[in-house]
Amino acid sequence: MTTPVISFQDYGFQYMSQAEPTLHHINLDIYPGERVLIAGTSGSGKSTIGNCINGLIPFAYPGKSTGRLLVDGKETQESSIFELSHVVGTVLQDTDGQFIGLTVGEDIAFAPENDCVPQEEMKQLVDQVAGLVDIVHHLEYAPHELSGGQKQRVSLAGVMVEEVKVLLFDEPLANLDPAAGRTTIELIDMVHERTGAAVIIIEHRLEDVLWRRMDRIILMHEGQIIADMPTARLLSGNLLLQHGIREPLYLTALRYAGVEIREALNPEHVDGLQLQQEDKEQVRRWYHSQRVGIRQEQHGQELLQIRDLKFGYTPDTYTLQDVNFTIYKGEMVSIVGRNGAGKSTLAKLICGFEKPVCGTISMEGRDLKGDTIKERAAYIGYVMQNPNQMISKPMIWDEVEMALVQSGMPKEERTRRVEETLKICGLYPFRNWPVSALSFGQKKRVTIASILVQRPQIIILDEPTAGQDYHHYTEIMDFLKELNEKGYTILMITHDMHLMLEYTKRAIVFSDGRMLADNTAAHVLNNPELVQAANLKETSLYTLSLACGIEEPQVFTECFIGYEQKEVR
Amino acid sequence: MKKLSVKTVVAIGIGAALFFVLGKVSIPTPVPNTYISLQYAVQAVFAALFGPIAGLLIGFIGHTLIDATSYGPWWSWIIASAFAGLVIGVVTMKLDINEGIDTRKIVHFNVAQVIAHLLSWGLVAPCLDILIYSEPIEKLFAQGLMAGISNMVTTGIVGSLLLVAYAKTVVRKGSLSKED
Amino acid sequence: MAKVAILSYIRRESPVHALTGTTKLIFFLAWSVASMVTYDTRVLLCMLMISAVVFKISRIRIRDISIVLGLAAVFLLLNNLFVYLFAPEYGVELYESRTVLFTIAGPYTVTLQQLFYHLNMTMKVICVVPVALLFIACTDPSEFAASLASIGVSYRIGYSVSLALRYIPDVQREYHNISQAQQARGIDLSGKDKLFTRLKNSVAILLPLILSSLNRIETVSNAMELRGFGKNKKRTWYVKRKMQRNDWLTIGFVAVVLVIDLVVTFWDGSRYFNPFV
Repeated sequence: MTTPVISFQDYGFQYMSQAEPTLHHINLDIYPGERVLIAGTSGSGKSTIGNCINGLIPFAYPGKSTGRLLVDGKETQESSIFELSHVVGTVLQDTDGQFIGLTVGEDIAFAPENDCVPQEEMKQLVDQVAGLVDIVHHLEYAPHELSGGQKQRVSLAGVMVEEVKVLLFDEPLANLDPAAGRTTIELIDMVHERTGAAVIIIEHRLEDVLWRRMDRIILMHEGQIIADMPTARLLSGNLLLQHGIREPLYLTALRYAGVEIREALNPEHVDGLQLQQEDKEQVRRWYHSQRVGIRQEQHGQELLQIRDLKFGYTPDTYTLQDVNFTIYKGEMVSIVGRNGAGKSTLAKLICGFEKPVCGTISMEGRDLKGDTIKERAAYIGYVMQNPNQMISKPMIWDEVEMALVQSGMPKEERTRRVEETLKICGLYPFRNWPVSALSFGQKKRVTIASILVQRPQIIILDEPTAGQDYHHYTEIMDFLKELNEKGYTILMITHDMHLMLEYTKRAIVFSDGRMLADNTAAHVLNNPELVQAANLKETSLYTLSLACGIEEPQVFTECFIGYEQKEVR
Repeated sequence: MKKLSVKTVVAIGIGAALFFVLGKVSIPTPVPNTYISLQYAVQAVFAALFGPIAGLLIGFIGHTLIDATSYGPWWSWIIASAFAGLVIGVVTMKLDINEGIDTRKIVHFNVAQVIAHLLSWGLVAPCLDILIYSEPIEKLFAQGLMAGISNMVTTGIVGSLLLVAYAKTVVRKGSLSKED
Repeated sequence: MAKVAILSYIRRESPVHALTGTTKLIFFLAWSVASMVTYDTRVLLCMLMISAVVFKISRIRIRDISIVLGLAAVFLLLNNLFVYLFAPEYGVELYESRTVLFTIAGPYTVTLQQLFYHLNMTMKVICVVPVALLFIACTDPSEFAASLASIGVSYRIGYSVSLALRYIPDVQREYHNISQAQQARGIDLSGKDKLFTRLKNSVAILLPLILSSLNRIETVSNAMELRGFGKNKKRTWYVKRKMQRNDWLTIGFVAVVLVIDLVVTFWDGSRYFNPFV
């Protein structure tokens, strides 16, 4: 029996700034070369576990610990963050924060520089590691010239130069589009093969991580380990859903169809599923029973029209061109495509932050050309991705009231409007709270409220659920759905395939500044060519339906969504 | 000198980046050719949060970068900017903003920034200008006074508001209860 | 995003580019000191000519830096104007003689001495401008930190400079995004509001910017500690280049200039070259 490289022994931890311990009685051994996924909702303590392993706890975040934690055979308390960094390499969630150097080469060399490695040796080392993660042709690039996926490679290279025994990834997929996320998982897989280091991934996006083999899943909840078992066994039970983690879509579909999830199914990966004839038969039967339920939607009145829109930050190069579409009243539409495809630019043009080179944007037939940003805000609301970038008042009431104060509305009218909006958003009981006391999801509501208060007819949201776990995701999306049912038209920029499938009927797809498609979400995701061009990812429902001999995967997907909306919620 | 902590090193870097970016945004005032220098409000807040060395270097690096990328460095004013950060940092050393904020602390902060800008623009900048550029005293003091007052007003209003807002965001939940 | 007109590194091949960052830093600092110390017209004239030659060698074109030159010109013009408005007789005092050319109005006469003083003051600034611009335009920002460290600045401070350069684009983008979103809520700093209102409104943009910067500070310092920053008294540099023959020649040259500058300036006990007496 080998000795574990990481060993928690009845370990507990309490941050100095907090009243309650964050971790309780953790017992966990991780062995050299293992691949472990730590899953859990936000606040479950999964990131704290990561911080204990790499030494940020207790060296950067002081607190009280109980029990023992051994990393590479040594008590962390008696070690130092520097010593630990030779054993554990950490890739943080925020790739921009992790990218410290001015160029790729410098960033990879950052750790050797601090170790006083001579320059000659350092250059060789950098070339070698950069070759391994395939970023060697970009050594002179600055961070803003790289895509999210490329930055992820640099981060990985930057910790691999140390020849560590453990690679720790803190939510590596949070900021990536689906295809880049998939490549990242493949990359981690490859690095594991070559270096033999133990891999620990902290993530709540289970299905994406399981794109490659994981030996074990540790499920965390409220500071405790709920489950520590092989992937197949955990997927077979109900533990994941009970603790707010979304299981892979294909498994949910199988459950809906009445197929029991068992280890013998090989549930880890959709391609490796061992479905029996009767399982497939069952899925098909369910499919046919659901199929009749689908109906075509009627369009409402035309609301927002985009005609021949063209835009570029510099003359001659266009970040956006030939954009044509119409949004109808009461719709909920997603705008999808890879990072940098022009989605956010489109939103900025609609809001008037930028001026198009040519083309028109009109609202109920009226060209918006002459309207200022502020005037447009009366009918178009824009909600930024990160609520922390929008909230500018410490108190909730003031934040929501701000736009009205700026417009010079009389006090009684303002109070009435703010109260009404807070009620719509379920924030009324918190009206006199400081914003800082709220969760991320609630903050998001505050930003939406601060936009809704101006009574726009259409709301544009940039990545409304980025980085959120299933619980918060559902909370935010159900709220948006509620708003939509109250008559608000909602436009969402996203690269979350689930969101697009589950909540929006229609998707507009962008790639390299052009509109590729405008169709139903199910249709888009079941069209392999489109999926590839837009850096999306076909859902596992597509693969499952083909495996079960269903010829119209798109209809199968629609059935799934329909069933979910009807039966589950 | 005590070694700078990694956090201070990063605070200086990001603080200087903020100083630079805000220094390049020109917000006009009613006086022609005069702009509101928001960077001094931010420098003061960072000096109060991260200490005198951070205040000093944020001013020095930030101002040097602004000058060097626009018309070549004017060292006397760069040093004055750095000096302002240093003084605010020293005077507010015992002011623990993270523990919450009250009127006394705001007054303290403002005393610090008024002293700092008075010394920097009323004394340091003009004296260095006389020494280096040998410009006429009348012009320098008039110019220094203008800059000093403008920076004091900006820092006084914007800096204080920022500190109050910041302190509210770090205060813990406590005994908040929902209302109907 | 609208780019703010600023000067940045221009990648090109030239003898000036080939010098190490350290050399250019030393040259730039020594040159600044030399120009600050002297008020001697002859020295200034020589320095002006040398900077013109260096500029030529660098293969940076006037076109590349025209915006910056424009700014410098406006700055100089205003400065001269203010000096004259406040002290029209300053040159007379300085050069201890008075040759009136003509009178504008009241106390504002134009004297030869005043004009000569303005000429000297302007030259003092102008002879640094090309060198400062070249320092920025011809030095790879990656080399700044290593260069500062090699002239004895603590590597921690050197790295602060590097971090500032690294995060300027990020902070700029963030500022831009926040201010656009706030404009949609009626916050407009360039508008016609009263000064006080405008200052108060700026907080709506600055607060989110500062809070997110504080978050960033936390993440970046964690990332740096996890990768061993601050472990040793020294550190090596990936981008640092070896000093070549030309580097030593350049440093020697600027040292000679500095010495001559000091000698000529202080030989007769005065900073000023006075042709009038």
